[in-house]
Amino acid sequence: MTFRVHVRVMPRAGLLDPQGQAVEHALGSLGFAGTQQVRIGRAIELELDAATADDAAGRARQMCDRLLANPVTEDYELEVEAR
Amino acid sequence: MQRVAIIRFPGSNCDEDALRAAARAGTDAYYVWHRDTDLKGADVVVIPGGFSYGDYLRAGAIARFSPALSAVQRHAAEGGPVLGICNGFQILCEAHLLPGALMRNAGLSFVSKPVDVTVENTRTAFTAGYAPGTRLRLPVAHGDGRFVADPETLARLEGEGLVVLRYARAEDANPNGSMHDIAGISNPEGNVVGIMPHPERAAEPALGSEDGAPFFTAMAVPAPTGTAATSTAGTP
Repeated sequence: MTFRVHVRVMPRAGLLDPQGQAVEHALGSLGFAGTQQVRIGRAIELELDAATADDAAGRARQMCDRLLANPVTEDYELEVEAR
Repeated sequence: MQRVAIIRFPGSNCDEDALRAAARAGTDAYYVWHRDTDLKGADVVVIPGGFSYGDYLRAGAIARFSPALSAVQRHAAEGGPVLGICNGFQILCEAHLLPGALMRNAGLSFVSKPVDVTVENTRTAFTAGYAPGTRLRLPVAHGDGRFVADPETLARLEGEGLVVLRYARAEDANPNGSMHDIAGISNPEGNVVGIMPHPERAAEPALGSEDGAPFFTAMAVPAPTGTAATSTAGTP
């Protein structure tokens, strides 16, 4: 089966996110009062052939651990859906 | 004559400067393409600066898996000296040859200017020519130079004296928000060193400074047995 995997990679909580800060300031300048805690990460989508959704999730987790996310600075979440 | 391999990726820069600085210091310096699996008898490896693979995903994340890097990993594991400059430092962190990571500069801007750093660890394969505490002015040119590590790793780096270069605190010289003003670190054995500043851009009088030249003269000296190259204290 082919599965579609959605990966969400975010900077680890507590680490400075200068992009998020800059966008937060810009939103404030545009008049969006009360905006806070803006953080910017990365979304990755991929398709993958696997026997089951669990297999697909397991392989996607390996991809994240080895390449898609940096374990020192980032956390990730993933969702798997049958295509 | 010591053989110095300069690894080249698509997007490398200052590779020619590094080759010239190493050759000028009296080494037999040559390029190794990132697809090569053979370091051709290298005594020393330099991973230069630049934007390997366009910095896609994260700086150094893809270069880490290139064939040449597998050879560099083996060279480092055998105690061979490896210097990563700028993008080379990012690659060494992504390859887990050095701890921590280099994130987007705190000010978001690409910073290209000379900065003041102090040499804090002279027990490495590349800094033995400096006196501890020596102040250098070296160029930096990076967008992702903010050194980040978890508190345990920072404590270990400080406790074991593995911070090689530090942005000068008195001058508030930290250009990127690096934790503990760290500009460069080494592994415990001292054979793997990563630094954000560019010593090859300050390695001869015509460049206006020779502050970085000792990084390269150190490459011309064969590693004495029993020191950095063969490691100490029970590390595998």
